[in-house]
Amino acid sequence: MPPSLPNGVPLAAYLGLSAILFALGAAGFLIRKNLITVFMCIELMLNAVNLSFVAFSYHLKQVDGHLFSFFVMVVAAAEAAVGLAIILTVFKNRSTLLVDEVDSLKL
Amino acid sequence: MVDLLLFAFFGGLAVICGIVMITQKHPIASALSLVGAMGSLAVLYLLLGAEFIAAAQLIVYAGAIMVLFLFVIMLLNAGAEPKPMRPSWIAVAVGIPAVLVMFAMLARLIASTVPMDSLVRFGGFTGGSAKDVGNAIFRQYLLPFEVISVLVLIAILGAVVLARKEMD
Repeated sequence: MPPSLPNGVPLAAYLGLSAILFALGAAGFLIRKNLITVFMCIELMLNAVNLSFVAFSYHLKQVDGHLFSFFVMVVAAAEAAVGLAIILTVFKNRSTLLVDEVDSLKL
Repeated sequence: MVDLLLFAFFGGLAVICGIVMITQKHPIASALSLVGAMGSLAVLYLLLGAEFIAAAQLIVYAGAIMVLFLFVIMLLNAGAEPKPMRPSWIAVAVGIPAVLVMFAMLARLIASTVPMDSLVRFGGFTGGSAKDVGNAIFRQYLLPFEVISVLVLIAILGAVVLARKEMD
């Protein structure tokens, strides 16, 4: 690969893509009923934020954004492990995965 | 030119996978399209010069985390969702203009703060290799790295405690 090709992509395009993916994840978080799918929407939002971090890291020509993106990945892995364990426990106690039926805290 | 084509293809693929993910009824279909979105994001990371992050994205996200999701979906035998409720007209009437206004403000913000002539070219930034990231982790970011390793340890213990079978 030559080090630089004539035409590039504007940085704003990457940020716009990141915003669209985040909005999709937020919309899915609000409209889906299945606990596992709601959880996957959170992962999509984290991914969108990672794209922003890496794009800004390119823009500033510094590696720091990659580090933040790496830490977000680690937090996502920890969150997935604990969250899926909680989902297992909810299913064991209530035998349902629908968020509408887990409403003990409702007045 | 090649950059633009690759960005358009994989960015479009990521958006399509995201839309499929939130419209599919079955959790397995959602999980597989999320894998597609994560894979195309890994290609975009490569275009931005983040080799290590692209590899970690494929191994940690598309590999480990999504396999965990698929295991739980199969373990719980999660089926398709019931039909969603009709959204109330006030949610549609308020929500769609609110989303459009939010995107307009975001576009204005991006256009005013990011210079439009800053182009992303493949190879324009070569500081994202495993060597550079490792140097930054173990020098500048050593304390956050150690703290986050403790966080992962606590998460593992919490997951084991939450998911273990109660012995009588």
